[in-house]
Amino acid sequence: MAVQSNLKNMAAVLTLTCLLCSAVLGGAYALTKAPIDAAAREKTDKAIGQVLPAFDETSYEVATVDGKTYPYYKALRGGDLVGYAVESTTIGFGGNLSLMVGITPDGVVYNTSVLSHSETPGLGAKCASDAKFMAQWKGFDPSSKILTVKKDGGDVDAITASTITSRAYALAVQQAVDVVKALEDPVEPGVTETTEAEGQVEKSQTQEDPSHE
Amino acid sequence: MSNKLKLITDGLAKNNPTFVLLLGMCPTLATTTSAVNGLSMGLATLFVLVLSNMAISAIAPAVPDKVHIPVYIVVIATFVTLLQFLMQAYTPAVYETLGLFIPLIVVNCIVLGRAEAFASKNGVLASACDGLGVGLGFTASLTVLGLVREIFGSGSVFGWNFIGGHDGMLAFVMAPGAFICLGYLMVLFNKFIKKD
Repeated sequence: MAVQSNLKNMAAVLTLTCLLCSAVLGGAYALTKAPIDAAAREKTDKAIGQVLPAFDETSYEVATVDGKTYPYYKALRGGDLVGYAVESTTIGFGGNLSLMVGITPDGVVYNTSVLSHSETPGLGAKCASDAKFMAQWKGFDPSSKILTVKKDGGDVDAITASTITSRAYALAVQQAVDVVKALEDPVEPGVTETTEAEGQVEKSQTQEDPSHE
Repeated sequence: MSNKLKLITDGLAKNNPTFVLLLGMCPTLATTTSAVNGLSMGLATLFVLVLSNMAISAIAPAVPDKVHIPVYIVVIATFVTLLQFLMQAYTPAVYETLGLFIPLIVVNCIVLGRAEAFASKNGVLASACDGLGVGLGFTASLTVLGLVREIFGSGSVFGWNFIGGHDGMLAFVMAPGAFICLGYLMVLFNKFIKKD
């Protein structure tokens, strides 16, 4: 190496390298920020489009139910409420399982779509590809059916050999149903936006008895 | 010129990072669940490898010996972050599949290994060829490994299913299959392709 390793040289080279690299990254960030945001928005819009009937406007909001926060999108068509698309996350077999659950104002699930998962390829990962498993969520009415897998006494057909994933999926849908229930039918004004202890108790009771409406 | 060409073919066969040098095993085993995943991971590493080799060979004479590792790591990390931005912007689906393994290219032994062993001692063009060769070797190995695992594990080739909706042999998609396939491919590679 031509350059001596004395303090002055080392400090100068390291400083210069870091300055140069951060400048490059800063520039690259500024250039790619718009396309990255567009890609993320497109993905969300696509997911909402999959789980709700046709709409022309969405608004992003956040709800807190049972101490968990859920981002959700209110979809409107010509000013009328078409439904809610709720982002609901539970823990599956391999990590977080994130769903977009579309629910119409009457509380019926319109459709669901997987946003991200870390399930086992060929087993739990089928929750995002298995036609039979995915089809059962269309028009699932939580007031007449129970949102747990058949093994646990519910009405959800689990994916073969992937009960844990199926349970997590059903729970995520249940959470979204609860969110919409809280939004459509607030126990008292303000309960949808800020969590209150009494509201929480109310919510967990309705969860145990899905026929209660 | 033939010298440069030799650098590229060396990376594919004699210095093949996966089957001969056994470097970068973590992404090799983890991301090759399908041919497309293996190919994407290989290309991502190729991108970083060529650029970091070139940059490091250019700055190496000006870097004091005692701080050369931190400087190289910063340079490599810069290219990896650049790659992350680009992938998030233009290939978000691939970026999500590979997930954590993209940032982990920073500490991939292949990249730092080539910087240490080759780029810091050679010219920019030669280093670019070396990066290209080793990168292509890595890409080819990962694609083949992914292809074999996909054929047995999911019954498909590059996503095209040929067993009509049946399940493949699951073990090949999971970790044990990665080790088994890698072992057998290594045997075949050393028997038929690696020649000194």
